[in-house]
Amino acid sequence: MSETQPMRTSMRRVRGLGTARSGTGHFWHQRVTSVAGIPLTVGLLLIITALLGHSHAAVVQILGSPIVAIIMLLFIINTAYHMWIGMQEIILDYVHEEKLKLLSLMANTFFVFAVSLASIFAILKLSFGV
Amino acid sequence: MAELEAGTSTGATRARPLSPHLQIYRPMLTMMMSIVHRVTGAALYFGMLLLAWWLIAAASGPNAYASVEWFMGSLIGQIVLFGYTWALLHHMLGGIRHLIWDTIHGFEPAERELLTLATLIGSITLTLILWVVGYLVMGGPR
Repeated sequence: MSETQPMRTSMRRVRGLGTARSGTGHFWHQRVTSVAGIPLTVGLLLIITALLGHSHAAVVQILGSPIVAIIMLLFIINTAYHMWIGMQEIILDYVHEEKLKLLSLMANTFFVFAVSLASIFAILKLSFGV
Repeated sequence: MAELEAGTSTGATRARPLSPHLQIYRPMLTMMMSIVHRVTGAALYFGMLLLAWWLIAAASGPNAYASVEWFMGSLIGQIVLFGYTWALLHHMLGGIRHLIWDTIHGFEPAERELLTLATLIGSITLTLILWVVGYLVMGGPR
């Protein structure tokens, strides 16, 4: 085996952290969230289909009921982490300029937190009223 | 050989081998579906805004909810939602295919073609079934 032309420096190889500087942890987390995502996606689609044609009052009541709210919350939390990893993967593949890369990664985090927190807040408000 | 070159070169950058990229290959189904998996993932990423909008509107009150209902029921809204449904189901089935591949199964030429075709046909079929149920059984958007 030829060791004369390493594609990475020795230090990079020993650390094994890749372009995101965080190793293979996300690979596994992406698998975990994708497995969890299967039943949760089915649940989401069933809930939305069941809500078709209902009035606002009925939708509020159904979305706020414990089982439905819990499924929705699980879907949103699971999806938030899954899509955060996924978009980071895309950014690292295509954005190579260091400053733009850092800004994109930051924007990814902000977007995921804002969208998922807004959704979670809405479901909690529907559940607990006021 | 390379060692010798490295030792004798006077600081000149050695050309590193490049792996062939998209434009080199003839388009194949597995490759197209790999691209589609990423594209649907990115679309669903921004699609979460729709889910958030719907939930916030429901929590805000009847007036806010009415404007969401109006948009979702419009032609553009229906097209977006139909695309969203398909993207979600396709990404889910594509994900299942990747999970199967993660177990080092289904890599034979016929198997991987079959798996890939199954995700495409499956996602289209499931989307149509869901929309037929949505319209015929549930009466569609209000």
